[in-house]
Amino acid sequence: MTVATITRQDVVNFLYTEAKLLDEWKLTEWAALFTEDASYTIPPIGDPDANPKDSLFFVHDTRARLQERAERLLKKEAHVEYPHSTTLRNYHNIMVGDLDSPVIRVECNFTTHRTKREVLDTFIGRHIYEIVQMNNGLAIKSKKVILHLDSLRPQGKISLIL
Amino acid sequence: MKELIRDNTEKCEFLVHRSVFTDREILARERAEIFNKCWLFIGHESEIPEKGDYKRKKVGGRNLLLVHSHDGEMRALYNTCPHRGALVCRENSGNSRVFRCFYHAWSFTNDGQLAGMPGKDGFPDDFNCDGTKNMTEVNRLESYRGFMFVNFDDHANSLDEYLGNAKEYIDLVADQSEAGMEALGGVQEYSVRANWKLLAENSVDLYHGMPTHKTYFDIKQGQDPDLKKVKLEGKGVDLGNGHAVMEYVAPWGRPIAQWTPIWNEDLKKDMEKIKARLVERFGEERADRIANYNRNIVIFPNLVINDIMAITARTFYPTSPGYIEVSGYAFAPKGEDEEHRMARNDNFLEFLGPGGFATPDDNEALELCQEAYNNNQEVQWNDISKGMVRGEDNTLATDEIQMRSFWRQYKTRIEQSLNKEVAQT
Repeated sequence: MTVATITRQDVVNFLYTEAKLLDEWKLTEWAALFTEDASYTIPPIGDPDANPKDSLFFVHDTRARLQERAERLLKKEAHVEYPHSTTLRNYHNIMVGDLDSPVIRVECNFTTHRTKREVLDTFIGRHIYEIVQMNNGLAIKSKKVILHLDSLRPQGKISLIL
Repeated sequence: MKELIRDNTEKCEFLVHRSVFTDREILARERAEIFNKCWLFIGHESEIPEKGDYKRKKVGGRNLLLVHSHDGEMRALYNTCPHRGALVCRENSGNSRVFRCFYHAWSFTNDGQLAGMPGKDGFPDDFNCDGTKNMTEVNRLESYRGFMFVNFDDHANSLDEYLGNAKEYIDLVADQSEAGMEALGGVQEYSVRANWKLLAENSVDLYHGMPTHKTYFDIKQGQDPDLKKVKLEGKGVDLGNGHAVMEYVAPWGRPIAQWTPIWNEDLKKDMEKIKARLVERFGEERADRIANYNRNIVIFPNLVINDIMAITARTFYPTSPGYIEVSGYAFAPKGEDEEHRMARNDNFLEFLGPGGFATPDDNEALELCQEAYNNNQEVQWNDISKGMVRGEDNTLATDEIQMRSFWRQYKTRIEQSLNKEVAQT
């Protein structure tokens, strides 16, 4: 397999594409960005390196479950997101690791706003991605969301994909 | 006197006046008559196993410090300096022999005793001989099967007496492990923009299960087509003192010992062994109840223990009529095998918690109720009558006896206070 040369700009564009798919509620397209062995996790607040055996995560999705998550949120019976909330995701301070590595580690800060029924909630934190090349493009092998909050108050829930 | 609950057995009608969800004066009465007098869950013994372990807890609107003191006692200290009032301990959890208030550097041993302060020569020799300069302790801290409760009323009946018939159901949870149960790390601190009583109702409401959580059951059925044979069936029981339970079968695996095809064969064998041991310990009938039946328990006023596809407890407190702070726990047997534990936790997260496939939809339902109570002036009553036609000893898990039990206790405690003056907060 020929490996294309990846630039920092390719990685940044890829992340922005991910954010845009989520903001546009193209969730199955979002899920398709992930590799077959991918994971999507949100560890407990204040304990980003927690072990999922001993600690209660918010999200600890395998590839199959993140697919279910995406598909569920598109259903009318996913009441919390019906009608869909309006969201805006900003990724900042993007740090791209070694581009020649088979697995590229990328970190960024995020600010995700969600508004529904005239209540605006904001989630802030840090994303840690493992990104690989796949089918001449990029794919996410893992996405870990580290919330930089004291608690989920007043947001109350993580009904969105962060 | 204003009527808040209409309990008409003859007509099989049970109504709750919607002002109880929105009225600030009623919230003040609830604080005085319920939260200041009932046993409130503070945490689990497994959260502070070693001497010196502590955790900050908000209970009944108070800032408490739950601590395993060096004399071996568990204590709940009011986390406020006896000197000028500042919060003494600012870390959420940890292990320490001493707590020191940063403001004037008064320090306290982990049983709350004043240990010292700068400028001692400015105080008389017998300063604190009466103990009034120690951190104040909640006088009533009692525990049942590892679940710890506080009561701010020094004259309250014992916890044991208060829990009464609910103990049988807590036992069915605690008996799942010979080594004892433990709370997982990462207690989920979240909120709901709704009245606290709506969450008490929702947590023991099986009637809403299918319509509200259809997406979850769709996923379950995709995993195991045979599951559609299993309905949500069982009974609802009034446990007295405002406590209630629904006990039922459901189409999901139970990580104690009800295997489901999403789990592998090794886990099946593991669960068969656990079941066999339960039979040995408790006999066939009780073992079946522990392993294969689900139970959602509400302990009046604000503790829910749900032993369902995983074990969760949640406690909640209103900061205003339309907003609650919730703490969500996960419980599991101590020393559980890793694969078994991961299956349990995966089961938990599939349904429960702020990132699960079901809990956020519950929150949405509660918030929509709260929002639509704007219409209270013209539309005044909630209906909680389901199952009354069957007689209260005959109700199904999908009936509303669980909620009526809660509301009848609520009525007793609140309506008698309506003639009293209550300071509004």
